[in-house]
Formats: sequence, C-alpha cells, structure tokens
Amino acid sequence: MAKPQIVKFKFPESLEEMPLGPSAAAGILTEPNAGWRVQRPVIDHPKCTKCLLCWVLCPEGVIGKENEQLTIDMNYCKGCGLCAHECPKDAITMVQEGEADDQ
Amino acid sequence: MINKSKSSNLDFLNGDEAVAYGAKLCRPHVIPVYPITPQTIVVERISEFVANKLMDCEYIHVESEHSAMCAAMGASLVGARAFTATSSQGLAYMHEMLHYVSGSRFPIVMMNANRTLAAPWNIFGDQRDSLAQRDTGWIQVYVENGQEALDMIIQAYAIAEDDRVYTPVMVNIDGFVNTHTYELVDIPQQKDVDEFLPPFKSRNAIDFNHPRSFCMTASTEWNMEFRFQQQQAMDNAKKVIEEVDKKFGDKFGRYYGGLVEEYRCADAEVLLVGMGSIIGTIRIVVDKMRDMGLKVGLVKLRFYRPFPLEYFKGLSTRVKAMGIIDRDISFGYEGAVASDIKSALASSWFCSKVINFIAGIAGRDITKEHIEKMYNKLFSLTQGHDEKELQFIGLRW
Repeated sequence: MAKPQIVKFKFPESLEEMPLGPSAAAGILTEPNAGWRVQRPVIDHPKCTKCLLCWVLCPEGVIGKENEQLTIDMNYCKGCGLCAHECPKDAITMVQEGEADDQ
Repeated sequence: MINKSKSSNLDFLNGDEAVAYGAKLCRPHVIPVYPITPQTIVVERISEFVANKLMDCEYIHVESEHSAMCAAMGASLVGARAFTATSSQGLAYMHEMLHYVSGSRFPIVMMNANRTLAAPWNIFGDQRDSLAQRDTGWIQVYVENGQEALDMIIQAYAIAEDDRVYTPVMVNIDGFVNTHTYELVDIPQQKDVDEFLPPFKSRNAIDFNHPRSFCMTASTEWNMEFRFQQQQAMDNAKKVIEEVDKKFGDKFGRYYGGLVEEYRCADAEVLLVGMGSIIGTIRIVVDKMRDMGLKVGLVKLRFYRPFPLEYFKGLSTRVKAMGIIDRDISFGYEGAVASDIKSALASSWFCSKVINFIAGIAGRDITKEHIEKMYNKLFSLTQGHDEKELQFIGLRW
C-alpha cells in the first residue's frame, strides 16, 4: 500500500528563507506518527484465515501482505484495536506496548 | 494636502457611503461584515451594490465581528481580496483575529468607524477603540473627511498588498462627525482605479496545486523571527506609504503627504498635533490665529502605525511648544498618541542614549550572555559609538 514517504524538513537557514507568515508546504510527513500508541495488535498467523476483514476495516490502512502472510505497518498503526475487535477468528490480540517483543 | 484633482464625478455622500464607494472601486472578492453603529451605512450600501449587481463579490452576512475577520482571513488565504468594516465593540470583539491576520501576513483592508468603548456605553466618537489595537500588527491610518476615507481605502490595498509590506491596513474614520456627515466627494472612475490597483495576486495563498499549512505553530526556536519580519514589514511600509501617496496623487490629483501632513508649520512657534476629523476644525483655527499674526501650526498625524518616528525626531528642534490632542487615554498614564510623540522627541533630545531591546518573544531565552551584551552595547553608546535605538536580541541570525 502506498504510504506517505517520510521527508526531511528543510528548516530556513537565513531570514530570507523564512516563509511569509507561519506557513509551509502541506502533506509533508517529517516523522512516523504512531508514537502515541498504547497497545499494538499482534497477529496469530496459524489462526489467521486471511479473510482480510481487518484490511477493510483498518482506519489507517496499515494492514499489508507479505509472503502470503498479513503484516501490520507499525509506523502508522495508532493502536485503536478495531482489527482485534472485529477479527472473526480472534486471531489478533492487543498487547501493551513494551510488554511483548513478538510481532 | 495638495489637491490638483479635476473632480468630474462629485456626489453628495456621507463618510460611510464614501467608504462603501471606495471598497466597491477596489473590486474585493469577499466582504464578510457585521453591522454596528456608526459603521452600519457602509454595510447597507455595500449590500445594495451587491444586490443590484453593481459589485461582483461574495457578500457574507456573518454572525459576529470575530467571524467577520475569520472569514476575511479565509478569503485572503485562497488569494481573494477581502474587505470588512467595523467599529468600537465590534473591533474589540475581533481583537484575537487581528493578531492572526497580521501574523499570518494577509493584506486585508478594514474600515473602522471610531467610537468609544463601553462602559459607560455610548455610540459616539473617540479613538480608544483603534488605539487599543495598537499592538495587533495592523497598519493604522486616520482620515480627516469622507474624501480621504474613500481615497485611503484604495491606497490601503496598494500599501497592504505591496510585496515589501503584506500587512493588513485599518482605515479609521471618526464616528458620526465623519461617518454621518455629508460632503461633496469625488468618486474616481473605475478604469483609473483599475490602473492604479491591479488585481490581487497573492504571494501567500493556497490552491489545489500548491497545498500549504497556514497559521501553524512556530516553536520558541522559530517564533521570534516571524515577529522580526513583521517589524521589518512595518519599517518598509513607511517608504511604501510615501510612494503610494505620490502614485495616487499623480493619478487622481490628491496628495495627502504620507505619514504626516504639516499645515502652516514652516515658521510656527507652537504646534498642535491631532488625528482624524478634528484636523478640519484645527485648520480653521490656525487660519484665524495666523490672521491675528500668531505663529501657530498643525501637524496632522495620519499614520499611527507605522509611527513616523523620524519625522517627530526632526520636529524637536523646530518649535517652542507642542500640544498633542488625544481622543483616548491610557488610564494610569496619558494619551497613547502623546506617549509615542514624546518618546520620539525624547529620543532625539534629552535622552538620546536609550536602546530598546526586544527580547524573550514567545519563550525565547534571555540568557546571561544576552544581558551582558546589552550592557556592553550601553557602554558602546557612552563611548560615542552609534547603536540602533531598537534592537532584537537573541535572533537566530
């Protein structure tokens, strides 16, 4: 899935490079924005039937597929838990950030 | 004022109507406005112009003055020329947005009908409303009559939209004495105004091909530089105001003199300084007293911001005494105009060794090194070196 690319923001280096009033080009992502996630989803792959309901429902579009296995882009997952709540096979569980190393 | 105009289109208008005609001639795209005495006639005339298809613009009947300025800002943000008008309580109500507009550098023009602020409540004129908006970052001009009001609406766009300025302009006209007094006003021809004031091509606009974020946060590390830019723009405006006055005069025949106008000052021993409608009355008294052989003069202060510091510095050696008429008072001290003029006089006179350090804006650190630097600059002054009277301390560059 096409995700916005992280772009390094170029700060002004002189007064002349300052914008006219506080404004800047929009749509520039300077860092991944999932830093405020409290819980993260973990997929139990043997349980997963790849029905892709999570792919349909994820509000951030972070569900992907790699080698016939579903993946979650943790740079953009906000940890809302919608996927875990809706998974018909209960193949996704929410775990506290920092408590589980398992993806 | 020098009038070489061959007035061809005279009409009997009150000040508010003159402002409405001025606005119409500037072809604003968007006019969000809320009526308030004594500005109401401006709103009424413009709404009639729009209803009768004499003006092609989006007229928004907003729910408050705060909304009026918000809507004007939104319009300017997409590159539209915006106009609005208010007075007194309404101006106070939009106070927050005045800062937003100037800080975001949107060249909006607004007419303000000068009226006192409650309480005690009263609809009649003084200049406390606009003088209290001194630090909002708006250019402020005070006009003497309806003709100047009309002309200054047109000039205001030329000033505000100049590349070197990009700062909003407030055209102040005294409530009732000017807004409701009829006089013969020359309404310039549309084609002449079109030549004088080309269509607005914003440098500071968004469109679908150029998406931008506006009015965003500027952290402590960056905020003060924006303020420095605003101060630079105000400094630039002094020159632009003179240029626009000349260009306007060349086109329409009326020269107002830029930041100030002197009336019979050349050999004057005593002067009065004033702003707004009172100027006309003073002119008459000056003429009468001059006929009696008394050396009196008048300084019409037209622009309160940017303040004509250099002019008043130069005045200090020319006269024996000066009176300043303030239609306002900053309780606990004195009139706002007097404070500024006295400060300008003092800076060239008995306390020329003062430096104003601008520091600590928006949380910028004032460090021990900065303080030491300030002291060293003062020593530099005492040793006879030149130092600028106003210095930003702690800028990035």
